[in-house]
Amino acid sequence: MSEIVVKDLCKTFNQNTDTVDALKNINLTIETGDIYGIIGMSGAGKSTLVRCFNFLEKPTSGEVWIGNKNLSALSEKELRAERSEIAMIFQSFNLLMQKNVIDNVCFPLRLQKISKADARKRAKELLEIVGLSEKEKAYPAQLSGGQRQRVAIARALANKPRILLCDEATSALDPQTTASILELLRDINKKLGITIVVITHQMSVVSEICNKVAIIEKGEVVENGLVEDVFNHPKSSAARELILRGDNEKTGGIVETINAERKIRIVFTENSSYEPVIANMVLKFQTAVNILRADTRNVGGVAKGEMILGLPEDTTLQENIISYLRERGLEIEEVTGDV
Amino acid sequence: MFDSQVINMLLEGIRDTLYMTIFSTVIAYIFGLPLGICLKVTSKDGLKPNKIIYGILDVFCNIVRSIPFLILLILLIPFTRFVVGKSYGSTATIVPLVVCAAPYIARMVESSLNEVDPGVIEAAKSMGASNLDIVFHVMLVEARTSLIVGATITTGNILGYSAMSGTVGGGGLGDIAVRYGYYRWQTDIMIITVILLIILFQIIQNVGMKIAGNLDRRK
Ligand SMILES: Nc1ncnc2c1ncn2[C@@H]1O[C@H](COP(=O)(O)OP(=O)(O)OP(=O)(O)O)[C@@H](O)[C@H]1O
Ligand SMILES: [Mg+2]
Repeated sequence: MSEIVVKDLCKTFNQNTDTVDALKNINLTIETGDIYGIIGMSGAGKSTLVRCFNFLEKPTSGEVWIGNKNLSALSEKELRAERSEIAMIFQSFNLLMQKNVIDNVCFPLRLQKISKADARKRAKELLEIVGLSEKEKAYPAQLSGGQRQRVAIARALANKPRILLCDEATSALDPQTTASILELLRDINKKLGITIVVITHQMSVVSEICNKVAIIEKGEVVENGLVEDVFNHPKSSAARELILRGDNEKTGGIVETINAERKIRIVFTENSSYEPVIANMVLKFQTAVNILRADTRNVGGVAKGEMILGLPEDTTLQENIISYLRERGLEIEEVTGDV
Repeated sequence: MFDSQVINMLLEGIRDTLYMTIFSTVIAYIFGLPLGICLKVTSKDGLKPNKIIYGILDVFCNIVRSIPFLILLILLIPFTRFVVGKSYGSTATIVPLVVCAAPYIARMVESSLNEVDPGVIEAAKSMGASNLDIVFHVMLVEARTSLIVGATITTGNILGYSAMSGTVGGGGLGDIAVRYGYYRWQTDIMIITVILLIILFQIIQNVGMKIAGNLDRRK
């Protein structure tokens, strides 16, 4: 079943004399149970898009369907009721700083007029789920970033939402804490069957937990589909850029510095990793290749190897190497100089 | 040093000053707090932006605040007489004090509410909170430290203005200071009233700041 359907969505901001087309004709379908990644560079329109999913931002034109409800057709009151089923977490956590942990988790329950005693009972269960039971009396200021995000997640789950929207939920956290929060999100998706939308600018987050991804650039969806497909065969330059620069710190721009030679990107699938393909290739052609980058990562629970090779100058040799590798069942992408 | 008559007079002065200050502050907040909330809610980035309502409230606050208190006191005499039946004495002074303080309070409240993290308001909206929920359960709660600091400053100011109203027969310590110090040259009584005012001011300031600090959970 489709959980979120976006049809021809446009959003234009008017600021004095300026108009910004933040979203241009977006079409997306997110199925029940998906962990759907939306990735793009800063300013691409990711936050604006996700805020349209619960109408915190009203689209200029187009439709957003949640389940079988068209959000534009709802009254203000119906919209508020619908929002309690669409939870949201944020980069800056956005907890109530003057309320302690348990009162923060109770807050959305109290909004729904649930009695104080019932709210507390539910809040305790939720804190159990996110592993923060012993912190219920602490105030947000006394918690670490990761703990604050856990409280925010518990709070988001309070009203048993069908959808959880995460806007850069791990961007303010260190890699280890990020991993534990992603783990928690995956658990929530599996155990509670909640559809999750993950907004991020880090490819690593998408490859870690998402099954589907949409890449947006300058307000347009330039590519979307299964994470594996997009990762193996990125079609748009935006996708290539995000995949290659995915872990900026790691690559450190090596790819750009040696851009005179022809480069290919190889993705190892599970079966191909056993044979020492590259070593065999070097032996066969008696020529050296430059390994510009090698990495393995977890894409949707499957280990993937990735390598960028700089090929020798001889063009026939280049073609032979490429076809040799293709025969061995490797996925090959040309990497152009401008990435 | 003073006879019991003077001491009684000073005690009455303290009582009247506290009476004027406390009642004026409370009544001024009854008008000023909702006014401040309206300013914030109808402002450009508020929950329900409304240029016209904001414009009217904005200009109203500015006009009242730009009239010097002493002139306001005199301008309001007919109104004061209409409300309390006379234009002198402690009770009568409460009227101009309220009129003077309410717009000031509205501004204080508006600026306190402006300090509330917009992200928290957005989070509340995303949970389906109504605008009323947001005002009462998010904005006023999150801003409470700043609101109490504002109330402390306001109370101090009203104390000062209540003393000023003594010059036109307002009652309280200011009245005593003016009557004895200015008209009769009894400097000692004037100095005592000034010291009493300073002590009252200190008490208000310290208690207010203490409450604000104790209620702040951000540290
Ligand atoms: N309220 C607003 N008024 C005017 N312009 C806006 C507003 N909100 C967003 N924009 C513009 O819309 C575009 C998309 O912004 P958005 O916040 O959605 O980007 P983003 O992809 O979330 O970026 P980031 O990764 O930095 O969070 C930007 O050009 C931004 O300047
Ligand atoms: Mg954003």
